[in-house]
Amino acid sequence: MNIIEIKNINKCFRKRKTAWWLKKEPIKAVSDVSFSVEKGKTFGLVGESTCGKSTIAKILVGILKPDSGSVSVKGEKDIVFQDPYSSLNPRMTSREIVSEALLVRKIGKSEIETRVRQIFEMVNLNYAECKDKYAYQFSGGERQRIAIARALIRKLDVLVLDEPVSSLDVLVQAGILNLLKDLQENLNLTYVFISHDLRVVEFMADTVGVMRKGSFVEMASKDEIYSSPKNQYTKTLLSAIPDII
Amino acid sequence: MKRIMIGAAIIMVIAISAICAPVVAGYNPLEMDLTEDAILQKPSLEHFFGTDNLGRDVFSRMLYGARVSLSVGFIAVIISLVIGVLLGGVSGYFGGWVDAVIMRVVEVMYSFPTFFLIMMVVTFLGPNIVNVMVVIGLTSWAPLCRLVRAEFLTLRERDFVSSARVQGVSNFRIIRRHILPNAMAPVYVSMTLSVGSAILIESALSFLGLGVQMPAPSWGNILTIGKNYIDYAWWLTLFPGLAILITVLSFNMIGDGLREVLDPKSDRKD
Repeated sequence: MNIIEIKNINKCFRKRKTAWWLKKEPIKAVSDVSFSVEKGKTFGLVGESTCGKSTIAKILVGILKPDSGSVSVKGEKDIVFQDPYSSLNPRMTSREIVSEALLVRKIGKSEIETRVRQIFEMVNLNYAECKDKYAYQFSGGERQRIAIARALIRKLDVLVLDEPVSSLDVLVQAGILNLLKDLQENLNLTYVFISHDLRVVEFMADTVGVMRKGSFVEMASKDEIYSSPKNQYTKTLLSAIPDII
Repeated sequence: MKRIMIGAAIIMVIAISAICAPVVAGYNPLEMDLTEDAILQKPSLEHFFGTDNLGRDVFSRMLYGARVSLSVGFIAVIISLVIGVLLGGVSGYFGGWVDAVIMRVVEVMYSFPTFFLIMMVVTFLGPNIVNVMVVIGLTSWAPLCRLVRAEFLTLRERDFVSSARVQGVSNFRIIRRHILPNAMAPVYVSMTLSVGSAILIESALSFLGLGVQMPAPSWGNILTIGKNYIDYAWWLTLFPGLAILITVLSFNMIGDGLREVLDPKSDRKD
């Protein structure tokens, strides 16, 4: 069963008019993109920066509307952003940040309390220690855990991860990635995992789509992409992975 | 930090003595004594700041005048704060035609020579302290409005606002919880600076006879009397002039200090 169905979506951004005699030139961010994701699976979205990955992420959760095409995401969805500094309100404590989604849904205080406690435990944060601290008092990895907790406080079906580990150092990355894997197993989550780092995507994804300049150049199962890539661009990307390990 | 403390300390002293004016003053600010040796007396232990042309104690008059200056400063700024934050917030958050309309109004406000506008309106409505406060408030919100709009414009694109939106948080709550608290830092700075300029405008209006009406004292109208006697009664101009200077300077010191403390580039975040 496909929980995400994206069909032929297009999205243009209008450049700001700099002078009245110039025509407004639209910039194509996403052109004719289609894909679908099965429940419980991870779709990896790979490509260099400005290829339209984040635009797709925003369209999936409804922050942006596509100009044309159809988007269907069944169930509750949320997003985790790349920069854990700008994704947490600097004037709210971690508990306030995590509990807000429940608060606006008029859920009882004691129920929120237990749920927040649970979720902190799930993302390996000490509730008593962390609840009254502000975002800037946490490390990058902890911040990203809070962002994940904020998303999972609702019973989610789909989680869009927009470069969730790119701003973290390697050890912290591993911790977050393992956490995401565990959560997916326990909560039967569907992920759309966006990254420019092919190794990270290899670890996370079941299916991989390679994007370039707003559209897919190749989409296949993980094994196919990594063992026998067909597209030249995919090959270039793969050969760019440094093999230090 | 040091500047904020010094500025705040001076304002506190002035504010407290203004509030306790009846206790501190020693003389009735309206009581005249027209005998030959009571008028235009030099500062002495009896009259700290001397007496004016009607034999009134200048020190007492200045204490009561401080009430006028400070309350005009604060109330005018609160009025302009409410209007500026409301319009600027709506403008920056919703954008579109609402933004366009509000920004045109702001431009009109900017293109008026504010002081003459205030003079004209006060002449129409009658010169009294309430009108002065309201009119200064109603004419000084434009810069604040632009400031708040700019803050809202950048904040509404931030990831934590997007995240709140995805989670189904209402516009009102997004503004109140996520945008407004993060937009206030520069507003506080601009507010303290405007208190100083509101006090200056009030003094100027009173000096021109369009503010507080004699015999009620204000720093501006003490100066008005002083200018007639400036050749031989220097205390009538020096002290109210100094009072205005020090008060405005203190507010500017607080504002500048706040700007530094609240600067996101400096390490302190809260």
